[in-house]
Amino acid sequence: MSQSVAHAELVNEVIVETPSRRRVSDFAGPAVVFALFIGIWYLLSTVILPPQKRFLLPTPHKVVTDGFLVWRTGERRGFQPILASLWDSAKIALMGLGITIVFGMSLAILMSAKQWLERATWPYLVAVQSAPILALTPLIRALIDGSTKQRLLVVVLISIFPIVSNTLFGLLSAEKSQHELFTLQGASRWVRLTKLQFPAALPNIFVGLRISAGLAVIGAVVGDFYFRQGGTVGIGAQIDVYRSRLWGAELITAIIMASVLGLVVFLFFGWLSRRAIGKWHITTRGQ
Amino acid sequence: MTHPTPPALSFENVSMRFPDGTEALQGVSLSISPGEFVTVVGPSGCGKSTLLRIASNLETATGGACNVDRGSIGYVFQDATLMAWRNVRRNVELIAELHGLDKAERAARSAAAIDLVGLNGFEDKYPRQLSGGMRMRASLARSLVMHPKVFLFDEPFGALDEITRERLNDELLSLFQSQGFAGLFITHSISEAVYMSTKVLVMSARPGRIIASVDIPFGYPRNHDLRYEPEFGEICARVSHALRGAHQ
Repeated sequence: MSQSVAHAELVNEVIVETPSRRRVSDFAGPAVVFALFIGIWYLLSTVILPPQKRFLLPTPHKVVTDGFLVWRTGERRGFQPILASLWDSAKIALMGLGITIVFGMSLAILMSAKQWLERATWPYLVAVQSAPILALTPLIRALIDGSTKQRLLVVVLISIFPIVSNTLFGLLSAEKSQHELFTLQGASRWVRLTKLQFPAALPNIFVGLRISAGLAVIGAVVGDFYFRQGGTVGIGAQIDVYRSRLWGAELITAIIMASVLGLVVFLFFGWLSRRAIGKWHITTRGQ
Repeated sequence: MTHPTPPALSFENVSMRFPDGTEALQGVSLSISPGEFVTVVGPSGCGKSTLLRIASNLETATGGACNVDRGSIGYVFQDATLMAWRNVRRNVELIAELHGLDKAERAARSAAAIDLVGLNGFEDKYPRQLSGGMRMRASLARSLVMHPKVFLFDEPFGALDEITRERLNDELLSLFQSQGFAGLFITHSISEAVYMSTKVLVMSARPGRIIASVDIPFGYPRNHDLRYEPEFGEICARVSHALRGAHQ
């Protein structure tokens, strides 16, 4: 038996991957849903809403002409003030997310090492996740000075749970036999964490990151509603002003831009996830 | 029974009782020298795997003594236990890495091990891109890197199809010949046991005791056709009868 024959047989054992090809349905699906969305919007703002309430939801083309295409009129109206406040909120969201990641992952690592800590902290994490954080605003205002810190705290409280729970789940997901392999080599706890548990946790960590990132944006936007100071305003504060003054087109524009921020952050972490673990981790869809 | 060389692994009257009261092993004695390949067959749950876990110190026996150089054990698990995030080369390097070998040494040893198991050309593949047989080859290579004197195999080929399994049997035997380690192999397959071994031990149902020891007279290298010779069949029958006794 020659070496090359054996090798040829081996090649047959390699699982062949078919490259994914773009199909018409990849584009048709989103296009159809988008058309439906715009259609329902027109229906709401021209037929379903009673005439005296239609200022609440201007038609899509009115939002484009009055919201997106007006650069700036006065201090608050126009696309430029919306972008400026969006940037303000984005900074808060990203800083808060950074704190959440560092703190949440550290907590998850400690929880994975000490079961008593896991048991002791779990109820509070669940409570933080389900508690109406915004009802605590008077307390937060009383305890912390400065709107930036207050807003950051809201972001962290709102976004911490998914990153902790997913990281912890991931760290505990390595197989028993893999752990035993490390035990056989006398591996230290640190080596086990860095070479086994952490890499094994990466797919879950990225799931947690994507969810937490979206929540951080929500936290920043709603935090704006309650904590603002002087001239700097986040997109949430801007939305609140438009809402109270009944500026429908600006209101919808600001809401869309806040969603776009969430979408960008979500897509970024999806891209990062594929870059980091796409080579070895696959998701399956049944067919 | 005298050995040409002192045993690399020996059990003296080893017993194992788990904290829940289950008696897994009862008075097991055996010894394996370098160049010997001993296979244990027995009913499911008879404590065969416990034997390996004691030898490798994953468990501590509650009675008797187990003597082995713990720094020189290769352990091949039932599944390949590869790290999904490492490609073949880095998986094969893992144990060497955990032992603190430097980069150049790791690279040299893993290249040699990959060569031995015939995975050249697949160094950059990830586990999910490999078939079951190739994963097992990578797992073998990973253990080979540290040149263990004692090799423990916990039903490594149980999940593979028969053709792949027989091919890996031959490859493992040629490794056994070239490396000269002491092998302790667990399997459910009688023909695999007889084909591979210098000696086959039959264990009883729980609590596991050794109830038969069958010396295999064939020399190495062994040829695939050995499986179809009458003497091979007779030995398989003897092991099979002993195993029936084990089930009661």
